Amino acid sequence: MIAFGASGALSFRRWLVLSLAGLIAFFGIWWITAASGAVPAQFLPTPLAVAERFVTLTQSPFVGYTLQQHLASSFGRFALGFGLAVAIGVPLGLLMGWFRWLDAVATPLFDALRFIAPIAWVPFAALWFGTGIGGPVLVIFSGAFPPCVINAYRGAKYVEPRLIEAAQTLGASHLRMIVEVLLPASVPSIVAGLRISAGLGWQSLVGAELIVASSGIGYLLVKGQSNISTATVMSGMIAIGIVGFTIDALLRMLERRINRRRGR
Amino acid sequence: MLRSLARPSTWAGVATFVVLVVAWYVLTTFTQTIGSGRFPSPGETWEAFEQIALTGYADARLLAHVLHSVKLVLLGFAAATLVGVPLGLAMGASRSVEAFVNPAFLLIRPIPPLAWIPLAIVWLGLGDAAKVLIIWFAAFVPAVINSYSGVRTIEPYLIEAARMLGVPRRLFVREVLIPGALPMIFTGLRLSLQACWTTLVAGELIGAIAGLGHVLYQASLDIFPAMIVVGMAAVAITAAVMTVALGFVERRAMPWRSTR
Repeated sequence: MIAFGASGALSFRRWLVLSLAGLIAFFGIWWITAASGAVPAQFLPTPLAVAERFVTLTQSPFVGYTLQQHLASSFGRFALGFGLAVAIGVPLGLLMGWFRWLDAVATPLFDALRFIAPIAWVPFAALWFGTGIGGPVLVIFSGAFPPCVINAYRGAKYVEPRLIEAAQTLGASHLRMIVEVLLPASVPSIVAGLRISAGLGWQSLVGAELIVASSGIGYLLVKGQSNISTATVMSGMIAIGIVGFTIDALLRMLERRINRRRGR
Repeated sequence: MLRSLARPSTWAGVATFVVLVVAWYVLTTFTQTIGSGRFPSPGETWEAFEQIALTGYADARLLAHVLHSVKLVLLGFAAATLVGVPLGLAMGASRSVEAFVNPAFLLIRPIPPLAWIPLAIVWLGLGDAAKVLIIWFAAFVPAVINSYSGVRTIEPYLIEAARMLGVPRRLFVREVLIPGALPMIFTGLRLSLQACWTTLVAGELIGAIAGLGHVLYQASLDIFPAMIVVGMAAVAITAAVMTVALGFVERRAMPWRSTR
């Protein structure tokens, strides 16, 4: 009988065999479907063909740029939009956590705006900023902004009252209270928010570039789509996955390091 | 409801909205600081709303666009839940299933749902099938992950007690596994419903024949800011209504949890 429930860890060998079997099954089914000719190669290339296409894209330009150049321009937009979201969102969240009146004014607005999917900003992004760098940055910003605000706000709200009272007894000003009490105490919450925010920002970037861009990884996907080059589309998806994974891994490292330093 | 009306913060929120609407009206209509090519006035927005609600825009009336989008989201969402939740439960309950499925799952997971859109269009064209496929991808990953973590959060003593009492497998799944994992499953469904909606709007913006994303696309082609605002408001309101509806289903599905 197979053990059910959260018990019975597998032996390492059994785990390895099963994991390899899973991978082989995944790529095997893909390969057989593609190679059997049941689906035309234009629509479903073999894994090897995708790998070849990926390497080609890094060497010769597609729609103007190589894969690395597309990624670099995407990443620049991402860094700008994400940076803006952090630079505005975190202070705003802390302020909302400290000043009651700001909380009462901003929270309902914020709740209303949050329901607008970031991607729905695309038409205005195009109208106001065009397809260069401004349009995608607005969309990334609208994706990355809410988690920054929410987590800074929650962090500031759940600061131990003792700390706040102590600082107040010592006559701390509003500014010092926010910078020296609320900010340090909410760092774990803020960093957790940054991870969510970066993930959403990267997704929104891809979405924005599919529609309003003339370079970047999303643009590469769209052009691959209109050329009906499935291998190009899949290579772009792989690159997006790798970059997204790397961003998340870096922030997770930061999160672990901060939490360790705080002895949690 | 009444209690929230008595709170001063509620009034501050209402006052903010009133001030904003007045400012919007003054800036666009009286002083015309903001040109109507950039952002529409309240009057233009209302006219655009009347146009799409009564005579129609982008080939259909507002209600038809909304229903079209909602139908696709629910289809893809239901399909992903039907596949993802059982898979996640199986991965949570059996280390062997987990070891077998996890590597392929980890490969697919970092690819954001929006990145599947071009592939879906290449495979299935601009019609509804492509939209359902990308919504499926958007909802599938969170459904699996949360069902899996839901099983892992079940208290071990419940599982041990069931095993000690020799509970047959089907009964175990029905009475221990599913109820134990249900809170996490619903958290996942709520997250994935939002992801689905975003993904669908993006998919319709990129290529569609109907739906709210198509309205936004058509409005930006026509440089019709008022219609863009109406489209965005419709996207937000529909998302809010769906979230509330899911919360209602959640309370019905888990009557043993005390309601807030």
